[in-house]
Amino acid sequence: MNAVVTPSRARTDWVGFQTIVLREFSRIIRIWGQTLVPPGVTATLYFIIFGSLIGSRIGSMGGYAYMQYIAPGQIIMSVITNSYGNVVSSFFGARFGKHVEELLVSPLPNWLIVLGYISGGVLRGLLVGAVVTMVALFFTHLQVQHPLVVVAAVLLTSIVFALGGFINAIFAKNFDHISWFPTFILNPLTYLGGVFYTIALLPGWARAISQVNPILYMVNSFRYGFLGVSDVDLRLAFGIMILFAVSLYGLAVGLMYKGVGIRE
Amino acid sequence: MQALSISNLTKTYRNGVEALKGIDLDVEQGNFFALLGPNGAGKTTTIGIITSLVNKTSGTVRVFDHDIDREIAVAKSCIGVVPQEINFNQFESVETILLNQAGFYGIPRPLARERTEKYLKQLQLWDRRRSTARTLSGGMKRRLMIARALVHEPRLLILDEPTAGVDIEIRRSMWEFLRETNERGVTIILTTHYLEEAEHLCRNVAIIDKGRIIVNDKISNVLRKLQSETFVLYLRDTLVAAPTLPGFGVTRIDDHTLEIEVSKDRSLNDIFVRLAAQGIDVVSMRNKVNRLEELFMRLVRASNAPADAPPDAPPAVQSGAGR
Repeated sequence: MNAVVTPSRARTDWVGFQTIVLREFSRIIRIWGQTLVPPGVTATLYFIIFGSLIGSRIGSMGGYAYMQYIAPGQIIMSVITNSYGNVVSSFFGARFGKHVEELLVSPLPNWLIVLGYISGGVLRGLLVGAVVTMVALFFTHLQVQHPLVVVAAVLLTSIVFALGGFINAIFAKNFDHISWFPTFILNPLTYLGGVFYTIALLPGWARAISQVNPILYMVNSFRYGFLGVSDVDLRLAFGIMILFAVSLYGLAVGLMYKGVGIRE
Repeated sequence: MQALSISNLTKTYRNGVEALKGIDLDVEQGNFFALLGPNGAGKTTTIGIITSLVNKTSGTVRVFDHDIDREIAVAKSCIGVVPQEINFNQFESVETILLNQAGFYGIPRPLARERTEKYLKQLQLWDRRRSTARTLSGGMKRRLMIARALVHEPRLLILDEPTAGVDIEIRRSMWEFLRETNERGVTIILTTHYLEEAEHLCRNVAIIDKGRIIVNDKISNVLRKLQSETFVLYLRDTLVAAPTLPGFGVTRIDDHTLEIEVSKDRSLNDIFVRLAAQGIDVVSMRNKVNRLEELFMRLVRASNAPADAPPDAPPAVQSGAGR
C-alpha cells in the first residue's frame, strides 16, 4: 500500500496482524461447541461406521487396512471444511454485523487483513485436524512417513480453502449464500475427492473426471505423507495447490482493494 | 493547518444517485465543526469517504495534509470515527473491543490496556468492562463507540449523530466529554439532527443539502442572519379569531394559543401592549423552535426554491470564516 515501508509501519502492521489472529483464535475458543467438538463427533461416527462396521468387510486398500487408508482423508476433509467454514462465517459475520468497519477504518492494509483472516482459518483447520487425528488414533495406527509432505499439504490445503471462504464471504449477501457453496460444491468435491477410496477402483471415465477435482490432489498428497501411497503425481499436486493459493490470495486482496462487498 | 481539506468531492452511487455534487470543505485544526443537513443530504457519504468506508467518484480529501489517495494509512491513523449505527461485535466484551481496536492501529498490548482503562473510566464504562457489548444500554453502546474511537488517540474525531437515541442526561454528559476532548486539542467534526447540540458545542457549521454545501460559516455569524423568531403564546381566555397586529405575523393555533413571528427590529413589548389593548391576556410564552433549526429549515427551503422564486429567506452563505 505504501511506497516506503518504514520500520514503524511494519511494526504497526505486525501488531495489527497479531490482533486479527488473536481475535480469530478467541472466537474459535469462545464457540468451541460449534468449532472444535462437532468435527470430533462426526469423525468418530465415520470411523465407527466406515472404519469398524463397513471397513472390516472391505479389506485392504492401497495396501493398507481400510480404516488406516481413510484416516488421512478424514483429517484433511475436516481441515478443508473448517478452514473454509471459519473464514466464511467470521468474515461474513463481520460484514453482517458491520464490525468489519473496525478494520476498514484502521490503517491496516487490505493484504494484511486478508492474511489475518486466512491465518485464523488455518488455525482452526489445524486445531480441528489435531482433534480428528486424536480420534483416528483411537481406531487405528497412524505412522507419518513423510512429515514435510504432511505439513506442506495440510498448510496449503488449509490456506486454499480459507481463501475460498473469504471470497465466498465477500460475495455473500445473506446467510444462505454462505451455505450454498459448501453444500453444493465443496462437500460433493470433497466426498468425490478420494477421501474414502482410491480412484484406481473407478472406471476410466470416472477416473478422468476425478482428475479435474483439485481436492483429489490435496487428499492424495496428504495421504502420501502418512502412508506413502498416492493416486496422483506429487509435483502436480503441489503445483496445483500453490497455483490455487496464489491466485485466490491475489483475487481476495484485489476484491478488498476494489471494495467489493465492503465499501459502497 | 487544516485538519481536513476536501476539494470538489463527488460521489455517484451505482444506482445513479448523486450523493455529493462537488463539495469543498476545510476544517481548521482544533475546531469543533458541525456538519448539518437533512436525511439523505450527503453527510454520512462525506464521512464514509473521509474514513474510507465509501469510495469517492472524484475529488481530493486531505487529512492533516495527508492525501487519502496516496497516504491512506497515515491519514487513517489520524482519524477516529464514531458511526451512526452500532458497528462493534456485540458478542465481544467491552474491554476486548477497545483492545482489538487499539491493536488494529498498531498499539502494543500493554499500552492498549492503559488506554482502554483510561477511556473506559472517562466514559463511565469501566465497571462494565467484562460485560458482553450486547448487554449494554443504548447510551452505553454510544459511549463505547466514542471510547473505541479515541483509544488510538486520533487528532481528528468524527462523530456521526453520536447522541441519537440517548436520554438528555447522558447527552449532556457526552457533550461535556466532547468539549473537554476538543479543549485537549482534538479537532471534532459532528453531524447531528439535534441542532441544539451543534449550537451548544460547535464553533463552525457547514450545512449540506442534496449533495452541496449551502452554508459554511461560524455559527455565530449564521445565527446573526436570522431575521425573525417565532413565539408561541398561551392565552387565559378563549380566542375566536386571530387578533390584528400590524407588523407581526399572527396565526391562531387553537382557542388558547397564538403563534407570532417577530422580526429582529421589533420589540416584544409591542406585542404585549397591543394584545392587552385588545383585552387578550397572555399566561405564558415560549420560543417555537431552536433558532438554528429555524435557520436550517429556511436555508434548505431557500436552496430548494426555483431561481425565480421571491427571496423570502436569507441567501446561502459561503464564507471563509470557517476555513
